[in-house]
Amino acid sequence: MHSVCDQQTLAIQRCQRGRPEAFEWIVNRYMKQAYSIALGLVGNRDDALELSQEAFYRALRNIDKLKSHSKFFPWFYQILKNLCFTHLRKRVSRSTGNLEETGYLPAEATGTAWFDPEAVAEANETKSKVWEAIGRLKEKHREVIILRHFQNMSYDEIAENLFCSKGTVMSRLYHARKKLKVMLDDQKGGRHI
Amino acid sequence: MTCPDYKDLMMGYLDDELDDAQKQSFEDHLASCQDCSGELEGFRELKQITDQVALVEPEDKIWQDYWSGIYNRVERRIGWILFSAAAILLLIYGGFRLIEALIKDPTVDIILKAGLLAIIAGLAVLFVSVLRERIHFWKRDRYKDVRR
Repeated sequence: MHSVCDQQTLAIQRCQRGRPEAFEWIVNRYMKQAYSIALGLVGNRDDALELSQEAFYRALRNIDKLKSHSKFFPWFYQILKNLCFTHLRKRVSRSTGNLEETGYLPAEATGTAWFDPEAVAEANETKSKVWEAIGRLKEKHREVIILRHFQNMSYDEIAENLFCSKGTVMSRLYHARKKLKVMLDDQKGGRHI
Repeated sequence: MTCPDYKDLMMGYLDDELDDAQKQSFEDHLASCQDCSGELEGFRELKQITDQVALVEPEDKIWQDYWSGIYNRVERRIGWILFSAAAILLLIYGGFRLIEALIKDPTVDIILKAGLLAIIAGLAVLFVSVLRERIHFWKRDRYKDVRR
């Protein structure tokens, strides 16, 4: 009986020997987490599905570059987040192109228009506002909020996935939550939440 | 430690991620700092709100088709590679036969023949030059093995 770690190592070794079907085990293990992270980063269910599948496909294409088999997820996470942020930047860039033509800032340019309230379970006004505010955070702040709140990762796990120290995680979380709090306070007309 | 030094620890305290010594140190600071106590209270309220936000679980059907969505990409890539390789091969072969026919044709003007040969020689020189440059830079790229 192989442990989960052994099975992962075996699956990666098979992929590295040119058997892509072995990757299915890896996909089944991480697909829900990958989809959920992508949804948190881009805020839209269709895009999250497409981007998470594309990230797995790219991981498979580059599987030879993965040196430490036990570190698959932190390595994969870099691919996934780069894809998600590139996708968002392209959308913002397309929207600001419209700005030059029309002279006003469309909702898409704020980075929140894709934070579909339907992505939030049992959405109500407060939850939708929190979700929208998360969408307006900087990339590095948004990702720590997503990993902490929606993935329930410990600080050590977040640090491992972001290739940074635990101190950096705490610092980013502090600034992320502070920004989030300011935005939510502003939405409530300056009243503290 | 000064107040700003405790800001990061505040997050660890809020999420119960501090060791005993850090926790004690932070609690000692809280007892003497009203600013940090007030800020911590605000963060507690924020955490209560953000903890209520959960993402929608997608339908089970998407997980059934998930792997096939990835495998289709793998197949399509193989298809594209084969298609591109065949197209390049056919283009080179067709081009070669066309030029060969033109050069062997006694009715074609000598200037046209010389021009065609010069274009082929130019393309060959450009190709070798670019290829050599790419190999040279790739060998010297100190960051080629860096994880991106």
